[in-house]
Amino acid sequence: MEKVAKLVQGNEAIAEGAFYAGARFYAGYPITPSSEIADISSRRLPKLGGIYMQMEDEIASIAAVIGASLTGTKSFTATSGPGFSLMQENLGVAIMGEVPCVLVEVQRSGPSTGLATRPGQSDYMQIRWGRHGDQTLIALAPASVAECFSLTVQAFNLSEKFRTPVVLAADEIVGHMRENFIFPKPGDLPVIDREKPTVTPAEYLPFNFGIDGAAPLASFGSEYTFHVTTTMHGENGYASTDPANATRRITHLHRKLEANRDEIVLTKSYDTEVCDVLIIAAGAVTRTARAAALEARKSGIKAGVLQLITIWPFPDKEVMAASVKAKKVIVAEMNYAGQLAGEVLKAIGNSVELRKVNTFNGEVMYPQAVLQEIQRASDSLAAGAK
Amino acid sequence: MAVSTGLKYLKESALPHQWCSGCGNGVALKALLRAFEELEYASNQVVVVTGIGCWGKADIYIRTSALHVTHGRALAYATGIKAANPELHVVALMGDGDGTTIGGNHLIHSARRNMDLTAIIVNNLNYGMTGGQQSAMTPAGSITSTTSYGNPERAFDICALAEAAGANYVARESIYNGQALKNRMKEGLANKGFSLVEVVSPCTTLYGPRNNMREPVSMLRWLKKEGIPAIEYDKLVNPEADGYFRTGRLVSKQAPDFITRYREIQARVQGEMAGKQK
Repeated sequence: MEKVAKLVQGNEAIAEGAFYAGARFYAGYPITPSSEIADISSRRLPKLGGIYMQMEDEIASIAAVIGASLTGTKSFTATSGPGFSLMQENLGVAIMGEVPCVLVEVQRSGPSTGLATRPGQSDYMQIRWGRHGDQTLIALAPASVAECFSLTVQAFNLSEKFRTPVVLAADEIVGHMRENFIFPKPGDLPVIDREKPTVTPAEYLPFNFGIDGAAPLASFGSEYTFHVTTTMHGENGYASTDPANATRRITHLHRKLEANRDEIVLTKSYDTEVCDVLIIAAGAVTRTARAAALEARKSGIKAGVLQLITIWPFPDKEVMAASVKAKKVIVAEMNYAGQLAGEVLKAIGNSVELRKVNTFNGEVMYPQAVLQEIQRASDSLAAGAK
Repeated sequence: MAVSTGLKYLKESALPHQWCSGCGNGVALKALLRAFEELEYASNQVVVVTGIGCWGKADIYIRTSALHVTHGRALAYATGIKAANPELHVVALMGDGDGTTIGGNHLIHSARRNMDLTAIIVNNLNYGMTGGQQSAMTPAGSITSTTSYGNPERAFDICALAEAAGANYVARESIYNGQALKNRMKEGLANKGFSLVEVVSPCTTLYGPRNNMREPVSMLRWLKKEGIPAIEYDKLVNPEADGYFRTGRLVSKQAPDFITRYREIQARVQGEMAGKQK
């Protein structure tokens, strides 16, 4: 069969990626710049035998998604900054209850209402730390329409495998841009479903995790009768105040991701083998960084790009490995504080000089801003060599 | 038929329960479990969803499937469960703080959407778990730990609110009448669409003593005196001012629920899709 490329929008690729992964429940609340995902879900899901629900707010949206997932239905929601803020408490429920689900956050410029229709990358820290308590999750950041699709599928796979919520940390640019894309056929990409229990209903313990992995998860309505609680709980899902159990439980929530980080952490390298100036970026800014690096190479500066696809857990080993080969490191991102740069600094320490390019004006970061910094880094290299 | 006990749904190993002496939650729990038994529900086909509060701890004592969630959000979780598996019997157990105050938005929208859920709101007129603060169901003038000089706010009539928002079934009983309570819960569970049962209940540790009802029995007397059937209530002049509340089945109708309407849409669009393919 002839493959026909279509001009596809990032948000459309995210929605189709979710359906490809088997998602059949969406609950959400409209918010720019994520609304196309809701629109498409409302049209596609009834045809697929699934359910689209428009909830009264984002608090209810993530709650309904978690409830639906516990029936064994792959479920997701999409939102942006203000809506993501409202979802934090219930996102903690998915972490504590170990309920697979995918939350798409198409980042926009903040704080508060901010520049509501403009891009930003200022929620990476909120994605990691936005809710109270000792907790962690997985976040992936697409930089193209193709990645919007493939990483949404991957988000569901990781979510199902590790019984954890996964945030697809997109941004307004990748969400709204259109690129040529051929939708994969069924079977082209792996699709993982959660492990179901095989023990008898009387023996089933919904939180009896194995070494460094998650426990099989039954579905509400199956032969298994079980409890899921947001309170600290034992293996049977009932509340427990035992300090030893609390230690084991919190450790497990972290350990199941830490022990499998090599499977979870994804990065892409462009021209980093022979590279003096390494630019580290994620999401739409990856494209800015690549344009700048290619331009720099034309003028003889050996520049390369490391794209962080997985944001959380942070790709510290990959950042370190790429940085030690370079002489200067630049982290480019669309936020003031340098949220990714801080993590890069934690990973590389003082081993390589770190420079930052930050824009936070609601515009896409232009290659010129990165190119200037590459030039300065290169100049300081030359000065140091004299 | 033998008299129902509800015991097969009770997690006896979790007893004794944590509720105060004289608290109405035990009566409400028994009524609920008896209703399950009389409706012959299989434990694995029931999902009890609880929020945070004294009544929100009820899932600890129940041997059906259960999901214990955040304060105020039980109905939103219940909505997702029911939508994704409409065969399940999904029941949300909430207190007045949980269900009508922080969770008021989800309550009215669940009723408007006519989700086929049953909300059992145990209204003990204040926040018991946190020390007896004012809730949206605390009567005007009442003393709580945050209205020491009398409550300046009015309480919701939660049944009238649910009715106005579109609930298919609405009832109110007090825990003074356990048998009627069980019957209302049973009706609410059996009625398709959104059902709400308000259970007026004594908080004998906090609300009662602060409001001239020092002994648990005085709160029961109050429930007995003030909770009157709608037919009698409606004969009284200004009953609300005298503290009376309407009990019994207040709304019972059969408007199509969300899932019924959604399935019609699914069938239509899938039919159109099949038509196009021909």
